[in-house]
Amino acid sequence: MERLIDETGAVVGHGLPAPEVLLDGYRALVLARRLNEQAGALVRQGRLAVYPSSHGQEACQVAAAAVLEETDWLFPTYRDVAAIAARGVDPLDVLVMLRGEWHCGYDPIATRVAPQATPLATQLPHAVGVGHAARLKGEDTVVMALCGDGATSEGDFHEALNFAAVFAAPVVFLVQNNKYAISVPLSRQSAAESLAAKGVGYGVPGVRVDGNDLAALTVVLTEAVARARRGDGPSLVEADTYRIQAHTNADDPSRYRDDEEVQRWRLRDPLLRLRVHLTSTGALTPELEADFAGAAEEMAAHVRAGMSQDNALDPAELFAHVYSTPTPQLREQAAQLAAELSGGDR
Amino acid sequence: MSEKPTMIQALNRALRDAMAADGSVVVFGEDVGALGGVFRVTDGLTAEFGESRCFDTPLAEAGIVGMAVGMAMNGMRPVVEMQFDAFAYPAFEQIISHVAKIGNRTRGRVRLPMVIRVPYGGGIGGVEHHCDSSEAYYAHTPGLLVVTPATNTDAYGLLRAAIEHPDPVVFLEPKKQYFTKEELDLHPVPPIGQAVVRREGSDATLIAYGPSVPVALAAAEQAAAEGRDLAVVDLRSIVPFDDETVTAAVRRTGRAVVVAEAPGFASVASEIAARVSERCFHHLEAPVRRVTGFDVPYPPPKLERHHLPGVDRILDAVDDLQWEVT
Repeated sequence: MERLIDETGAVVGHGLPAPEVLLDGYRALVLARRLNEQAGALVRQGRLAVYPSSHGQEACQVAAAAVLEETDWLFPTYRDVAAIAARGVDPLDVLVMLRGEWHCGYDPIATRVAPQATPLATQLPHAVGVGHAARLKGEDTVVMALCGDGATSEGDFHEALNFAAVFAAPVVFLVQNNKYAISVPLSRQSAAESLAAKGVGYGVPGVRVDGNDLAALTVVLTEAVARARRGDGPSLVEADTYRIQAHTNADDPSRYRDDEEVQRWRLRDPLLRLRVHLTSTGALTPELEADFAGAAEEMAAHVRAGMSQDNALDPAELFAHVYSTPTPQLREQAAQLAAELSGGDR
Repeated sequence: MSEKPTMIQALNRALRDAMAADGSVVVFGEDVGALGGVFRVTDGLTAEFGESRCFDTPLAEAGIVGMAVGMAMNGMRPVVEMQFDAFAYPAFEQIISHVAKIGNRTRGRVRLPMVIRVPYGGGIGGVEHHCDSSEAYYAHTPGLLVVTPATNTDAYGLLRAAIEHPDPVVFLEPKKQYFTKEELDLHPVPPIGQAVVRREGSDATLIAYGPSVPVALAAAEQAAAEGRDLAVVDLRSIVPFDDETVTAAVRRTGRAVVVAEAPGFASVASEIAARVSERCFHHLEAPVRRVTGFDVPYPPPKLERHHLPGVDRILDAVDDLQWEVT
């Protein structure tokens, strides 16, 4: 497994990214952690319907976004709110879905971030298509496609890897192996030596990386992105990480895992080790630490302020986007709903 | 062409003309390259436009449709072939959960101009999984357009219209008619969503689509010989549904029979019967009848003739339309 900074913050490999890259990464980690905490608090306050937290997986979230150019694409899962925010999308736009206002609140074309959705692995063939189309158009776009360990059992994961390999599509598949698909442990998803090993069957190079080590993730993903951009085809990266919190607020992890296991993973926290490393080298000063914390608080305040606003929703929008032009039947149904809404009670 | 072209040739011509007109149109699927498709609908496209415009894929339908979604997201107009009706089912999740919904999910910011071609229906002596009438699955899903031609001219025109359309279209090709030779008129491109009256008649209206249209027309011929004047409406487009044309035709005659190959329970035929009953009740002299396939899995070749709606079964239904009370 690729690792550059271990859980104690010690450097254990060569080729560390430049200090300023790691500092930027650390700042993004602080923001991602704060976003996870803020969203969790909003759920407890009843202001957000549900939130699948990536707490503990922030290094994957940050690295996946950081290694991309503006013209590249990110294909997230529903757990990757922090990755989308790290890409530069306003968290309030991302949370539109979990807030229940619409299915997707940002513009995928403008942001080059595919819409989130809850089916597993189905976004992966889309990522291959975006990449293949880019190649046909002569563009050097790279697509970062995210999924979890559970998704590797879905057929679309395998079809996407196979298609990507056959067409040498510029796609990096990043599997965040956080050890659980809701309650079902990794051992019930796969008997393979690793999830990265699944690439062998498709002719896709697979790499396993410490998913809580931002330095190693940055190096591995940068290399995979460069390979894709060169036209050398897809890569499969398995990030060894852990879902510290419940699947969502509706989940009860005490039914399927013990606290000791969670505690062990808390010691491998991605922020902690990078903070120790950057502090020991002198790159991270108390002033910078305060600066990053301030930026995180500012972002959290922005999220809270937006979430306390009641956005007016127009029921007519239900009919507006089903087709580029509503069918006669949808126009009738829109008129029916409008009449119901203006007519008061029977 | 000196000889009248087949529906396959009409579809092939539509693909070729669309690819020549628009460089973003790409065709892919299983066996569509060197072979030209198992029915030869894509014959010669790779040779003419190159491997990047018409290409074979791995044998995996979810992957094919999923890749088309991504290509449509990134500026292309993919036209994918599902080899047979039942071979499209592995792609069902992609079609239902994403093809149909991404436009709505993204508030119209991402439109998917893509066409999923599906040879469908029976009457060809095919083994199980080669003869399904799968239209109801797609028609039941908001966000998909579902069209099916009954003539070679419509096969050409509707496929051109489908490829040019900004929304995803499930294009159902009646494979029973693939080898039918007819004059091909390239000019009138019917807008998607418009039914057509194939035959005027004053006594009752037969409503049909795709492979059932020629059967309905044959039934109307025979009825004429027996002294009954039947109109025939060809839907062409199942979604959007042309209530106006259908309703007007039924009101003119006061009687209606819906003809379709698919099993009748919870079917497109049932939807049509319900719509016609709701909208034409005061014009109807008799309940709307459905003549459909039985509610059985598609039969083996030697029994399929008992399953498919034929002229006799349609005329029996017409006979039942309470003629004695008028």
